[in-house]
Amino acid sequence: MLDSDGLHLRAAFFRCIRTFFYQQGFLEVDTPVRQPVYLPESNIVPLASEQQYLQTSPELCMKRLLAAGNNKIMQICPCFRKEERGRLHQEEFQMLEWYRTGADYHQLMLDCEVLLRFLLDSLLPQQLPGGGAGHQLFPGVTLTASWPRITVAEAFSRYSPIPLVQALQQDRFDEILVERLEPHLGHGVPVFLYDYPAELGSLAKRRRDNPAVAERFELYIDGVELANGFSELTDAGEQRSRFVQEIATIKESTGREPMMPERFLTDLGQLDTAAGIAMGLDRLFMLAINRQHIAEAVTFSPEDFL
Amino acid sequence: MLSASDLRKGLKVQIDGSPYIVTDFEFSKPGKGQALYRTKMRNMISGNQLVKTYRSNDKFEKAELDEKKMQFLYSQGEEYHFMDTENYEQLFLTKEQLGENINFLIDNMEVEVLFYDSQPIDVTLPIFVNLEVTRADPWAKGDTSGNDTKPVTVQTGYELQVPPFVEEGDRIQIDTRTGQYVTRVKE
Repeated sequence: MLDSDGLHLRAAFFRCIRTFFYQQGFLEVDTPVRQPVYLPESNIVPLASEQQYLQTSPELCMKRLLAAGNNKIMQICPCFRKEERGRLHQEEFQMLEWYRTGADYHQLMLDCEVLLRFLLDSLLPQQLPGGGAGHQLFPGVTLTASWPRITVAEAFSRYSPIPLVQALQQDRFDEILVERLEPHLGHGVPVFLYDYPAELGSLAKRRRDNPAVAERFELYIDGVELANGFSELTDAGEQRSRFVQEIATIKESTGREPMMPERFLTDLGQLDTAAGIAMGLDRLFMLAINRQHIAEAVTFSPEDFL
Repeated sequence: MLSASDLRKGLKVQIDGSPYIVTDFEFSKPGKGQALYRTKMRNMISGNQLVKTYRSNDKFEKAELDEKKMQFLYSQGEEYHFMDTENYEQLFLTKEQLGENINFLIDNMEVEVLFYDSQPIDVTLPIFVNLEVTRADPWAKGDTSGNDTKPVTVQTGYELQVPPFVEEGDRIQIDTRTGQYVTRVKE
């Protein structure tokens, strides 16, 4: 459970993030946490609630709002992912998502840089309760210099014991990412890992000049994955066939059979160019206040109920 | 049948015909990627280490162990003696077999002794134990490190971090799964 200083700091942190997006002209939206459909993604399992599901991300609803003509939207909301529990995981967590029409993933990377610098400048330690040495935000991380960008292919050739192609063939991509790549990412300065193999971004647009990769990136600080953003796939036909594939994979490995998100696909047809990103705010706050475990950065953790 | 999501520190599973205890466990998962259960285990017979990363679909059998409620009597050198309170039979386990459990064992404590092939190999402690603080330094006021805890030693010689108000002679509750302080006990 957070102490009073921690609560004030967390409140200021959320307030600053909202202020940033208001100043940038974003519309704050709220969408249902509990829905009859969920995003069919083979590695993310939803928690059921009566006959419906708690959202794993507000992505489907956010993109429907974009398609309806809203150009810059943001949301902070709880998301739920079944059986994700660990140093950096809790089944329930706070997600920040923002979406822009007429933009691509490079714009989102810029947004990340500007947002984190704004946070650092706005949350001055001396203005916070119990301020001073104990409250230096993001200690050891330089946010002001421009952040390096490294492609997934480069990162594999630098840190992986086997080539990227082989890792994908042997279904070892995630294992090598976690054990070999992530420990090197984002020390001293944040880093963007970008251009993921296309098959690993089921809602991301492929690069026109290199269809083998998707215009997708992840932001890392201190080896911690903080945000996942991409240029949105807006071809409803291709999106449907990717969902068909995902649903088949999910059915084969778990027996679950998610429904096709039909209304989403209909609306997606109205959407032109767009980009969107999801950032884990509990993790970002954890790094800001220099904690090692997500449970130390949230108001109540599951341990507080034991 | 257990699955990878049941893995946690202290779980006992059967692998290749031997009982193993999970000594270290970390859940990792790239946001869009597969869940990875990075696990360190100790063979409860040979003591050998096993380091392995499991995936969500991996399944396990529970270790085939028998349990018997027994009372801890005393330790002598490397030997820790226990007694069956029904038939008064006694047996002992070695310090090595007990591992970190010795930090929480006090005379007359009731524990579950685990048997594999009729041989005692380990004990399961109560989740919470109350131990007496035998050494506590006064808290240095004005400590601005941001850590509002101090180290104390309890009657078994085990050292842990507690809130500053805990004093010598107090009894405190400890979670034996994590080795961490829970609360001060009023008796």
